[in-house]
Amino acid sequence: MKTSDSVAKRFNLPQLTYRVRKVWQRNWDVFMKTYKVNFFPPLLEPILYLIALGFGLGPLLKSVDGRPYINFIAPSLIAISMMNSSFFECTYGSFVRMYYQKTFDAIVATPVSIEEVIAGELVWGATRSLISSSIVLGVVAAFGLVTSPLFLLIPLVSFFSGLMFASIAMCFTSLAPNIDFFNYPAFLLITPMFLLSGTFFPLPDFAQIIAKAFLPLTHVVTLTRGLISGNLESSMIISVVWIAAVTPVFFILSINLMKRKLIK
Amino acid sequence: MRAYAIGGFGRSLMGSEIIIKARNLTKKYDDLLAVSSIDFEVFRGECCGFLGPNGAGKTTTIKMIQCVMPLTSGSLTVSGLDVSQKQREIKKMIGVAPQEDNLDPDFSVMHNLLVYARYFDIPKSEAVKRSDELLKFFQLEEKRNVIIDQLSAGMKRRLILARALINEPQILLLDEPTTGLDPQARHLVWDRIRNLEKRGVTIILTTHYMDEAAELCDRTLIMDNGKIIEEGNPVELIRKHVGEDVLEVEYDDGVMKDLKEKLPEALFEVVGDRIRVFTAQPHGAFESFIRDFPTKGATIRNANLEDVFLKLTGRQLRE
Repeated sequence: MKTSDSVAKRFNLPQLTYRVRKVWQRNWDVFMKTYKVNFFPPLLEPILYLIALGFGLGPLLKSVDGRPYINFIAPSLIAISMMNSSFFECTYGSFVRMYYQKTFDAIVATPVSIEEVIAGELVWGATRSLISSSIVLGVVAAFGLVTSPLFLLIPLVSFFSGLMFASIAMCFTSLAPNIDFFNYPAFLLITPMFLLSGTFFPLPDFAQIIAKAFLPLTHVVTLTRGLISGNLESSMIISVVWIAAVTPVFFILSINLMKRKLIK
Repeated sequence: MRAYAIGGFGRSLMGSEIIIKARNLTKKYDDLLAVSSIDFEVFRGECCGFLGPNGAGKTTTIKMIQCVMPLTSGSLTVSGLDVSQKQREIKKMIGVAPQEDNLDPDFSVMHNLLVYARYFDIPKSEAVKRSDELLKFFQLEEKRNVIIDQLSAGMKRRLILARALINEPQILLLDEPTTGLDPQARHLVWDRIRNLEKRGVTIILTTHYMDEAAELCDRTLIMDNGKIIEEGNPVELIRKHVGEDVLEVEYDDGVMKDLKEKLPEALFEVVGDRIRVFTAQPHGAFESFIRDFPTKGATIRNANLEDVFLKLTGRQLRE
């Protein structure tokens, strides 16, 4: 009885107003103050990967689905940037704001509620995903690796995937006793996802089933791959549904968990 | 001392409108009873101080007033509004200066105020106007475009106070407003707080400094172990609990005997090698004792709020 009550409490619908945007805006203002540092990694990283893996390793490999290896990894780099930017924003970034800078305390002393603060952080995480992946997309396009106008849908994928990873990240933040705790999800979740989600090698069928069940990045890669190559597959529908189903669950859960952590 | 001058005036204000009212207010964390069924009122326009040792429940009470901590039981209203129901309305009329520095380290002084104004839906042009006035009021105009990291502790504290006023609050909550400040910065902050009180802002402050409470507060509530153990005007509390003067002498069995004989109704407190003597008698009682029994190292001083505080809450360390 008591357990089912407390489980239900984790999924209370948050009461959100336009004030979410003010929290988002605060993070945007900080980001723009240091934009040079912020734009650099998403610009440089994909170039290095494309050179090392695409041009260096690629020629040693068989082509994948009749295309060069570099075309196989290009959409993965876009998807990985969505995951990394939003996940790290809402773990390390949010934790610093919550714990070290006491920014959340400062904001909740105003008419903005704690639920709106967390929602603003999550939407900001999604925005980071949008910014980073757009830069990576630009790099990939500059290398001539975008072959379909469907790439225009990538920002949409980026925002919602970013919101999903941000929400998962915020659940870890709600459990983190200190900042070193984030080493666990970084090495036990993010690194395996980075390498094993059909990003750098095509997954055999049985592995694909497991990856699609447990590694959200697999779905994001499926979508970016289809959209920049124009090879649409029915599995993309499953991926859209998967992301659309999982995102609200973690979004609501993370807000409730953070509320429990912060409101005693 | 100002507390003297305001004494009677402060009382007359108290007949006026109640702005905060607590009844059986209780806060429990897991096993710890932080605030235990307290009743109190705060009147519009007064400066009301919450005093108490560490862990007495002062900050918890403040956090319940500012609607960021739910009550365990009892009732608490601000301007007639229930803190459990009308958080946004209440937060709009309150300004909060917390104990800890929670300014935005990435922004300049001005930008800190503007971002904060945004949370209150204050239009940009109005926010700029108010921020300029507040920076002037707290003598921070020259630091307008300076990044927070480069401010001294005193400047940060003033900026936190300025930020607390950006929404032109009716009620100002100050949690240890001068802890860690040098005397110059402290007096400047006191001066600004008095100025705000004159303008009709209701001020609630917590402090560990008894001179601060005596200086600023019309009324003090002394808390210990989650309860309010005494309340009243600082001057009246001093008179009631420790009288007008305190005699301090070096401990000596002979002196103690003489004291007990000459001042039979007095209270004696021995701390280390000093004896403190409190009496309800008016000025002059101690002077005549010293005249009759010249005593080594005797000093007579005015009784103060710290004497009251230590008498009521004891000398045990709280950690």
